[in-house]
Amino acid sequence: MTNSLESAIAQSQHRSALSRIMGLQVFWVFLAAVLACAALTLLTDTFATERNLFNVTRNFAFVAIMAIGMTTVIASGGIDLSVGSSVVLAAVVIGVFMEAGHPFWLSALAALGAALLVGLTNGLLIAVVGMPPFVVTLGMMSFARSLALVLSNNKMIYEFGPDHAILLGLGGGRLFGIPNPVIVLVLIAAVMAFVYRWTRWGQHVFAIGGNESAALMTGIPVRAIKVSVYMFSAFTAGVAGILMVGWLGSVTTNLGTSMELAVIAAAVIGGANLSGGEGSVAGAVIGALLIEVIRNSLILLGISTFWQGAFIGFFIILVVAFDRLKALR
Amino acid sequence: MSRLRLTGISKHFGAIQALSDVSLDLAEGQVLGLMGDNGAGKSTLVKIIAGNFAPTHGTIALDGRPCTFHRPRDAQREGIEVVYQDLALCDNLTAASNVFLGRELTRRLGPLRIVDYAAMRQRSAAIFATLKSETRPRDLVRRMSGGQRQAVAIARTLVAEPKVVLMDEPTAAISVRQVAEVLDLIRRLRDRGIAVLLISHRMPDVFAVCDRIAVLRRGALVADMATAATSPEEVTGLITGAIETRFGRAA
Ligand SMILES: Nc1ncnc2c1ncn2[C@@H]1O[C@H](COP(=O)(O)OP(=O)(O)O)[C@@H](O)[C@H]1O
Ligand SMILES: [Mg+2]
Repeated sequence: MTNSLESAIAQSQHRSALSRIMGLQVFWVFLAAVLACAALTLLTDTFATERNLFNVTRNFAFVAIMAIGMTTVIASGGIDLSVGSSVVLAAVVIGVFMEAGHPFWLSALAALGAALLVGLTNGLLIAVVGMPPFVVTLGMMSFARSLALVLSNNKMIYEFGPDHAILLGLGGGRLFGIPNPVIVLVLIAAVMAFVYRWTRWGQHVFAIGGNESAALMTGIPVRAIKVSVYMFSAFTAGVAGILMVGWLGSVTTNLGTSMELAVIAAAVIGGANLSGGEGSVAGAVIGALLIEVIRNSLILLGISTFWQGAFIGFFIILVVAFDRLKALR
Repeated sequence: MSRLRLTGISKHFGAIQALSDVSLDLAEGQVLGLMGDNGAGKSTLVKIIAGNFAPTHGTIALDGRPCTFHRPRDAQREGIEVVYQDLALCDNLTAASNVFLGRELTRRLGPLRIVDYAAMRQRSAAIFATLKSETRPRDLVRRMSGGQRQAVAIARTLVAEPKVVLMDEPTAAISVRQVAEVLDLIRRLRDRGIAVLLISHRMPDVFAVCDRIAVLRRGALVADMATAATSPEEVTGLITGAIETRFGRAA
């Protein structure tokens, strides 16, 4: 009796191994990205060049880093519309500090501090005051960008003091042929994949997204965790902001404009469920990759970049439809 | 001695008086049925005992010792466990993760403490076995039947050796066979010496397992009597208000 029960369990687990992979949205999105890459390699001479791949990987790293933060927020049942503004705020803060002659490390800490403060404010208003995440982060999107304009007086910054070369090297350089932003992405992704799976914090984020009142009733520190989630999202935006300044070699106040859309799209395409409780680090990264491949392919194929939004929008709706279909089955 | 003693519990939500001056005693190994119409204050009382709300007035004592709960965790630490009306399960997590929700088992990994899924699966499998439930620890709650979900919620209360288990409408939304299972489980809890507070609308269930029946009406306690000394008709009258109160008469 026990034996047959156990073997039945083993069997059902065995079967689910294959069907689980097939059922994973990440798998199909990854497949789509790989197919797109293969097609581009065949159709164009320009895709598989070292230079283009370098650009693609670097560009996608910024969105992917932030998509990991966004996926965490979405998994907890929230949303963060202020990430694009956190990018420009962090960028302006590091720019202003370094221009004034401060060392890189101090300026970077200040930039991350500014971003974390944005996240803290979001988190407190959402988790403690109880305001809806959409409204709070929408307000913060406007507030933080305005703050960046005030701080920089809307002037472009391109002189970064004594540590100028460090900043530009960090964002624009490479290590063992890999763009530095990609290395940062890999580090953050590895840490967060571990945190999602193996820490109580990770479990609690998903529990809150799955059923917030259940999380509350079982004594999970829901407020503290929600605050930390928004702070983490802002942190990823701060990191991306610093790297983007180094890559571009200048700070302009339109940096990160409407970037929240690409980031949310990447998270959702990667399987983050806007009603909470689902999402993965791998999904966030692969979602960001697919978006960048689409963007790049339109350019390489000579299709008007005006079509970009249509393609990305199409994919968002496609994956959500796919999800609905799975739910019906 | 009473295991759980409530004295003069009142609760206001703004202008709403959800509970007024409720006093109840619950002994070791006793099952107390708490009945009352919708909005009578039953869930509010459970949430106060479980540390979700602080009472506006009144005291809670466990084994004669006064307790103040600021958080559900405080009540859990004192041995009070709850099966909530909506079961409070996370559909997106596995049965084992739900059983240990909020008190995940961990193990050391170098300087880190990580979630010990293997231990959680093993222990929840053992609990499901004692409940004679076919629930599998690895399965997602989303894919479970009503009875299995119930088993997960009940298994959660057995993780720690509880003194008091509060059950808010555990038999509200399940099949007849599953109701019998849940009632069996309540008897098993009682035989272990656990004090059970059972909230239910279902008269047959209450009469089947409860030693005593208390009735709340619009936040006030109108009866607290031995099951043997009453009848479903009388309880119905007390719930609706056709009978004013049982107090002042021999119980
Ligand atoms: N969190 C709350 N905020 C405000 N009012 C509440 C809250 N919880 C319960 N109430 C009110 O308290 C009264 C008792 O509710 P409840 O305890 O849920 O009743 P029951 O479980 O007996 O149906 C109702 O009038 C309800 O509207
Ligand atoms: Mg109720």
